[in-house]
Amino acid sequence: MTRIAHSPHAHAPVSVGKVMATVMAALVPATLYGFWLYGWPAIFLWTVTVTTAVAAEALTVRLQEKPVRPTLMDGSAILTAWLLALSLPPFAAWWVGVVGALFAVVIAKQVFGGLGQNVFNPAMAARVMLLISFPVDMTMWTTPMPLTGGHAPGLMEGLAITFGGAHWDAMASASLLGHVKTEFTRGVDLLHSLPGYFAAQDSAIGSRAGSLGETSAGLLLAGGLFLIARRIITWHGPVAMLLGVAVPALIAHAVAPAHFLGVLPEILSGGLILGAFFIITDPVTSPNTNEGMFLFGLLCGLLTWTIRTFGGYPEGVAFAVMLMNSLTPIIDRYVKPRIYGRTRKGTALPVGKEA
Amino acid sequence: MKLFSRFKPQGGVHPDGRKDLSADRPIRVLPMPERLFVSLQQHVGAPASPVVVVGEKVLKGQLIAASQGNISAPVHAPTSGHVAAIGDYLAPHPSGLPAPTITIEPDGEDCWAALDVPIDPYALEPEEIAKRVAAAGIVGLGGAAFPSAVKLNISRKTNVQTLIINGGECEPYLTCDDRIMRERAAAIVSGIRLIQRAVGCTEALVGIEDNKPEAIAAMREAAKGTDVKVMPVPAMYPMGWDKQMTRALVGKEVPAGGRSSDIGVLVHNVATAYAVHEAVALGRPLISRLVTVSGEAVKIACNLEVPLGTPAQALFDYCGGYAGVPARLVMGGPMMGHEMPNPYIPVVKGTSGVLALTHKEIGQPVPSPCIRCSTCVRACPVGLLPLEMAAHIRVGDLNTSVDFGLKDCIACGSCSYVCPAHIPLVHYFNFAKGELAAKERAKLKQEGTKKLAEARNERMEKIARAREEASRQRAAKKAAQEAAKKAAADAAAAAAPQQEATA
Amino acid sequence: MFVAVASLTTLGLILGLLLGVAARRLAVEGNPLIEEIQAILPGSQCGQCGFPGCAGAAQALVAGEAPVTLCPPGGRDVVAALALKLGIEVDLSGIKDSGPQIAEVKEELCIGCTRCFKVCPTDAILGASKHIHSVFREACTACGKCVEACPTEAIAMRPVPVTLQSWYWDKPEERLAA
Repeated sequence: MTRIAHSPHAHAPVSVGKVMATVMAALVPATLYGFWLYGWPAIFLWTVTVTTAVAAEALTVRLQEKPVRPTLMDGSAILTAWLLALSLPPFAAWWVGVVGALFAVVIAKQVFGGLGQNVFNPAMAARVMLLISFPVDMTMWTTPMPLTGGHAPGLMEGLAITFGGAHWDAMASASLLGHVKTEFTRGVDLLHSLPGYFAAQDSAIGSRAGSLGETSAGLLLAGGLFLIARRIITWHGPVAMLLGVAVPALIAHAVAPAHFLGVLPEILSGGLILGAFFIITDPVTSPNTNEGMFLFGLLCGLLTWTIRTFGGYPEGVAFAVMLMNSLTPIIDRYVKPRIYGRTRKGTALPVGKEA
Repeated sequence: MKLFSRFKPQGGVHPDGRKDLSADRPIRVLPMPERLFVSLQQHVGAPASPVVVVGEKVLKGQLIAASQGNISAPVHAPTSGHVAAIGDYLAPHPSGLPAPTITIEPDGEDCWAALDVPIDPYALEPEEIAKRVAAAGIVGLGGAAFPSAVKLNISRKTNVQTLIINGGECEPYLTCDDRIMRERAAAIVSGIRLIQRAVGCTEALVGIEDNKPEAIAAMREAAKGTDVKVMPVPAMYPMGWDKQMTRALVGKEVPAGGRSSDIGVLVHNVATAYAVHEAVALGRPLISRLVTVSGEAVKIACNLEVPLGTPAQALFDYCGGYAGVPARLVMGGPMMGHEMPNPYIPVVKGTSGVLALTHKEIGQPVPSPCIRCSTCVRACPVGLLPLEMAAHIRVGDLNTSVDFGLKDCIACGSCSYVCPAHIPLVHYFNFAKGELAAKERAKLKQEGTKKLAEARNERMEKIARAREEASRQRAAKKAAQEAAKKAAADAAAAAAPQQEATA
Repeated sequence: MFVAVASLTTLGLILGLLLGVAARRLAVEGNPLIEEIQAILPGSQCGQCGFPGCAGAAQALVAGEAPVTLCPPGGRDVVAALALKLGIEVDLSGIKDSGPQIAEVKEELCIGCTRCFKVCPTDAILGASKHIHSVFREACTACGKCVEACPTEAIAMRPVPVTLQSWYWDKPEERLAA
């Protein structure tokens, strides 16, 4: 016999690929719903983004002379591109997806050393890069035009929108957060700008203007709960992030309803649900412990609310996540589990004291 | 859902138990094999030293190797026969290195030596019970193989109040403790009472995982009318880690670097309690133990009572041989047991199982990069950060891994078991612990040799000084003689002797 | 103007005085670095580095006259420790380290001449004239002096044998799929 194998001689039937696949499965309902809402352009954009990411991953891994197959099989590139695609405006041109995917995989991930080594969430890094570089293309929102409805662009028209740069008549619209921000700059307060624009049930089911896969809070929430049930993620991060947005929103709205959005529009708008359940729970860029995740999520939420409310951009999830990613090592340094028989500081428990 | 509880990191994993393979098989006695290879290093501490010679006839239960030093245990003949050889033989150790072993050829009579059976074992003095436990060669049968009498003596001296009997048996596949509790509960309770008397403690708690309802019922029945309390604990791995069991039963933690006795607790395994009963009440030394033979590559899984020194192959043969070619043979449980390089490794006191596993059961694909998912952090029963420790060890930074708590790691393997990237985490930790220990030894040796070198230098200098002194004296003497001669010969030159003396 | 010059001068004088006093009061005898370096070296004074004993080697190291790789018995660990202490970067992979070694007397060749234990810096060789010598493992630093001294080539260096007590797991192999 060759080398003696080290224990354990049994292993849980899990793998990185399976973890990624489960997360993708949790994204499927919201994605399909997004496809239905926004039609062919959304499907093309998603496909282009994912294909680019996989090709870029394969190329960079080959350039590093590492085995390509196992790296692609773990599915991390697909998931990154998927999350990025969900956060793009559904009618964005093909090159937005391509540039974003390239940036996410090559710059934000492989340059740092590949899977597990990146400091920033690749999808969010790409989104921020796109938002800063191409603000117009990244904020062209569309009123949902379900595939089965009469107004939806057909297959050829979809191709033209995604690949030909064609404009679609009915597309001009604004997301809720964008609308509020614009009205503010015109001096219109919330009491006048909001009525008729926000309806909680619309946000919950997603029939409103927004990113490809961020609009249906309900389906994303269901996917997140599925991940918690499958023990892929814990509740600490998502709950804390929602709290981080809801608590300041509640207080501010109670004080000045004309200036601050209420809890429901804050939580159901933009990329918060996607961010809370799918982005900040990215294992690579988030803290190790449950306690650390709670702190991380809470700060993500607070930052999101702060950027949304006081910042120049209407949406703040991506920026908040990026900022907090950079704090992850510090959180990990100070928030550690307590070791058996030791105090939090690491010294041995005193003898004779009840532990 | 305790978020910030002080005892938060309970950790643990729930591996597929596979106990159904053997749990319902009653204990059977293995027929005496052709030869027994009785290792002299079946316990933690110094190896026992032989007191028999090759060719000597021995009786069942006769002392064949005496304990050496404070932490050691004697070894007895598992059956009657003659000593065929004394020398190195295969040992159940991952290194594959041999250990000193006495080979016994059974004569088939299985004839007991004269046994010292007390009239009333429960009336023996505590010291006397500990002495008999030591003389019977009893060690922790849960796998740690620490000499039991040492623990009894420490606990008596530190006034331990609570005795915990560990019926956790959290390792998958293993069912021998389950079976012994179901079938020999009365003897276990007797052993518990003897240990209680030896230590002088009032409280005795038997912790049994709640996936063994029959064992719980049998032990409750046997404990009726005594002050032994049977307490079910949740089934999880590693529930059988003595400190985890302590935390589950009495809610206290053993301070880091301390002993259970520091918090007034003594932990013994159920099989150890049974061995104590055998030794003290019946006078029989520890010469056999229960072993679970299991795994999908074994025809019929069994629970066997096996004489110590039996090669694992004999156990597999008795169970109908292999079903197909086993991918890996393991001594112990799958989580902490060792792979056997060949099936001729003999059973020792700490052997709780021998497993023949298929590739499917092992299921260890190629490692991939760590995605920092922290599953290992949640699985660690100690509250460590396995991913950080392994990352530092991988790049050779052992000291940082120590800062992360490497020395608190109990090598239970929970982290390796759950890792979705299949990183051999616990292998890294055992490597690092070994490397650090080797460095520590090297440092001690260097300090020792440095002192030796200094001592030698001093000695050499002393010798040189002494020689110089001697030669100077000789020279002075010579000079004085010559001076005297000269003085006698030429009394007129008064300054000459002075000149010579200075020269 | 005057006030400024005077105050600055006074300040300078006071600080200078303080520095002077500190330099006297807190003066360090000798170079502590040499002692620290000496503590890292094996201390068997074997002289394989070409310097007179470990103290000489330490002085040479501190003066920058010798490379940190000068000590053959110390192996890779000593190189690493020296490099750390002296703030030098070294590529450890190039250093030959055959692992811990020990001297072994081949009994059939030993004539009991006692030359080896006369040269042994740590008194690790036991035996008397006209008797076969043996090596006390715990004291041998593998300096190799006895090998040179032996007239019958009865002493050789070999790796320290692995025992059940000293064995430990190898480092896991680097992963295949990176």
